[in-house]
Amino acid sequence: MDFFVQQTLNAIALGGTYALLALGLAVVFSIMKLINFAHGELMTSAGYVLMYCGLHGVPFALSVALAILTSTVLAVLMERVAFRSVRNASGATMLITSFAVATVLQVLFQNLISSRSQPVLLPNFLSESVTVAGFVIGNNKIVAIVATVVMLGFLDWFMKYQKHGIAMRAAAEDFAVARLMGIRANTVIAGAFALSGLLAGVAAVLWVSQRASVDPLMGFTPVLKAFIAAILGGLGSLRGAVAGGFMLGFIEIYLAAFLPPDMQEFRDPIGLGIVVLLLLLRPNGLIPSPGLGAVKA
Amino acid sequence: MRPIRQEEIQVASALLTATSLKVRYGAVEAVRGIDFEIRAGEIVAFLGANGAGKSSTLNALVGLVALASGKVVFDGHEITNGKPETLVSAGLTLSPEGRRIFPTLSVADNLRMGAYSVVSKQKVAEAWERVFELFPILYERRNQLSGTLSGGQQQMLAVGRALMSGPRLLLLDEPSLGLAPKIVEQIFELIVRLREHEVTMAIVEQNVAMCLEVADRGYVMASGRIVFQGNASELKSTTFLQDAYLGGN
Ligand SMILES: Nc1ncnc2c1ncn2[C@@H]1O[C@H](COP(=O)(O)OP(=O)(O)OP(=O)(O)O)[C@@H](O)[C@H]1O
Ligand SMILES: [Mg+2]
Repeated sequence: MDFFVQQTLNAIALGGTYALLALGLAVVFSIMKLINFAHGELMTSAGYVLMYCGLHGVPFALSVALAILTSTVLAVLMERVAFRSVRNASGATMLITSFAVATVLQVLFQNLISSRSQPVLLPNFLSESVTVAGFVIGNNKIVAIVATVVMLGFLDWFMKYQKHGIAMRAAAEDFAVARLMGIRANTVIAGAFALSGLLAGVAAVLWVSQRASVDPLMGFTPVLKAFIAAILGGLGSLRGAVAGGFMLGFIEIYLAAFLPPDMQEFRDPIGLGIVVLLLLLRPNGLIPSPGLGAVKA
Repeated sequence: MRPIRQEEIQVASALLTATSLKVRYGAVEAVRGIDFEIRAGEIVAFLGANGAGKSSTLNALVGLVALASGKVVFDGHEITNGKPETLVSAGLTLSPEGRRIFPTLSVADNLRMGAYSVVSKQKVAEAWERVFELFPILYERRNQLSGTLSGGQQQMLAVGRALMSGPRLLLLDEPSLGLAPKIVEQIFELIVRLREHEVTMAIVEQNVAMCLEVADRGYVMASGRIVFQGNASELKSTTFLQDAYLGGN
């Protein structure tokens, strides 16, 4: 029982991080139909800010704020420099552009910082744990879960009640008509990138706080997982991205925890097999985005 | 319905003037150099068969499609190839063909987006009041997802959303499309009421008879050209109209 609760908390923490990343991908995709593979490099950039701040003894709260600010600003810059000129190009063109941006940033991280993994100094409390109702829970897990809940709550509030959030949803449904209402394309798209950068920044802090290191390819794996999660949830659907993220977190953690030892080496193929199975049952994802790229029956 | 008041039309100045408009989609010439004007206070009809270029004309006025050539002047300012997001605050907006409401947004959020460009809080409050007065059903359904409304209610929402910006010139593209006859009647009654609210309108319609009941003047289009123009009674009696629908392209 103890083990099960422990693993469930781990699954929520990991799933939450995937959910934040998948949500960032989905926000941009829903508006621009762009799958931004450079999302991972937004994460990595935030990771390096944490590393440098740690080296210079910057208080942790401030370094977290700086890290998130960095990935947010970088996301907006990315859109301005790389994606604006291909905004109306084909999906393939945008996809290739995002690969190019990702590669350029990776090379910059390798050459300007280091191609090897760098340790990140974290405050001690993150590696400590507390005992709640007889369960030992790592502080970093609690922080991850709380941060995820806060971010998801913030995003939900923003998208539901804030004029600019509603405008983003309107633009995602019908960009041309949204423009007729006076909703500016540049504003909405820049806003979507800023949100995705913000989410990537928070995810990076959570990711680094579990691992205490950063390397140029740090963002690759989690964003690949987030991409799977976004598709599992229903590409372009925000609620789907969250559902897919948590689902993937649970699949991964439970397989790692409960699969017999001699089958552990097949953990990833089994996990992906479950994803494929779910998609066979629900081809448009767990919570499909209405009308958008839906598979017609 | 309200009779045409010729003298009123004569004195009114042009709110919008379009000169030699051309719209092209690749090799397709959808609009081939047309001239028209819409005067303040008027209801102007654009009639013609499918593919005549009516929607392309309206869409070009609001910048949703690019003009290949031509000139548009609205309220004394040139707006040729203006961006849609800036034209709405100048007082020009379109309720597009096919309604195109935001289906996963609530009725209230659709309307809120209609007023996106309006800065003055007081103007926004007035717009809410006006739209809910014109469409009590939208007030009743304000918290409902708009995709779950009936076709007629969705059309009312589309018009209501366009009205939220407080337009001086409202372009309506096939407001009666796909609606039951009773609802069509309601829509045209609404159009008459809108004029009382000092909204000038250009209407594209397939329902010619109803449209000519409310319109002051009209243009008949065929294959991207204006083939006839005149006031409503002239349009009712012209053979150009039948030709335009039967001859089509
Ligand atoms: N986006 C587009 N791409 C290519 N061709 C188009 C496009 N939109 C319209 N056309 C073509 O331009 C011509 C005029 O179309 P338009 O929609 O303006 O006509 P319409 O008079 O509004 O017709 P309807 O009554 O069917 O709405 C048609 O031949 C149509 O096929
Ligand atoms: Mg049309």
